[in-house]
Amino acid sequence: MKFGIVVFPGSNCDHDAYYSLKHNLGFETQFLWHKDTTIPSDIKCIVLPGGFSYGDYLRTGAIARFSPIMKEVVHFASKGGLIIGICNGFQILTESGLLPGALLKNTSLRFVCRDVYLKTLNTNTPFTSLIEKDRILKIPIAHFEGNYFVDSDTLKELEDNEQIIFQYCNPNGEVTEETNPNGSLKNIAGITNKNKNVLGMMPHPERYCDSILGGTDGSLIFKSIANFFF
Amino acid sequence: MANYIATVKVMLKKGILDVQGKTVENSLKTLGFNQISQMRIGKYITFSVEAENLDEAKQIALEATEKLLYNPNIETYEIDVAELS
Repeated sequence: MKFGIVVFPGSNCDHDAYYSLKHNLGFETQFLWHKDTTIPSDIKCIVLPGGFSYGDYLRTGAIARFSPIMKEVVHFASKGGLIIGICNGFQILTESGLLPGALLKNTSLRFVCRDVYLKTLNTNTPFTSLIEKDRILKIPIAHFEGNYFVDSDTLKELEDNEQIIFQYCNPNGEVTEETNPNGSLKNIAGITNKNKNVLGMMPHPERYCDSILGGTDGSLIFKSIANFFF
Repeated sequence: MANYIATVKVMLKKGILDVQGKTVENSLKTLGFNQISQMRIGKYITFSVEAENLDEAKQIALEATEKLLYNPNIETYEIDVAELS
């Protein structure tokens, strides 16, 4: 089991992801350059990290989705490979069509950087299998475009197929308007594709894998991924 | 081959809250422009296209717009292509 972290021009959470996966959690990890046209066969999970790929020009993630490696990433996903897109990585996944919907500007028109609480709606995925059903996760967000939008038909599909994975909530797990940091439909913080092998989420689990950095709840997601292969 | 100029206007779909437009509208209201409402802010993109004729130039501009310049999930577009005078 090895993680591969894609480095786009403008990625800035790639090293955070590397540090947490390799040094905090002890998983084999390597960087993948965005111009690469092959993905090594020992990579079992691809991380699309946070940051500002291509300066967020035009739309967040719009240009990164045409990076040479993305063709391989789409192929990897179609074969059932695991992909986790975090923050800008989530935006790239929606732009590339691997996940439905889009991330709009926060309704506050502010860059929001703080801890949030997350409720896990579906623990029956490769990304959430080690999260106990009622466990509320504390993980930070840091974004300007995290306001998840999708048309109502697709939203219904997401609900019916249990593709909504994380919702913003309070420490008691209550999902309310006050706990929504960015205006996302249904307080959505993370979703998967229909096959549950591609996850996109705005919160940064890689930032909470080390207790001296404020928390370790993020590690549950990466440990779930590793657990999927054993 | 001739040169054409394309202009593409990209707007958020109707029904999607345009927080930017709303904020600018509110700011104008505080300046006394109470007559203004329904403000929406989009993108205005221009580029030149080399093509055999106007139809081909339109086709190229359309493909470019559909491939990259707009996101069908959240936006609509209008394209105008004209000969470069």
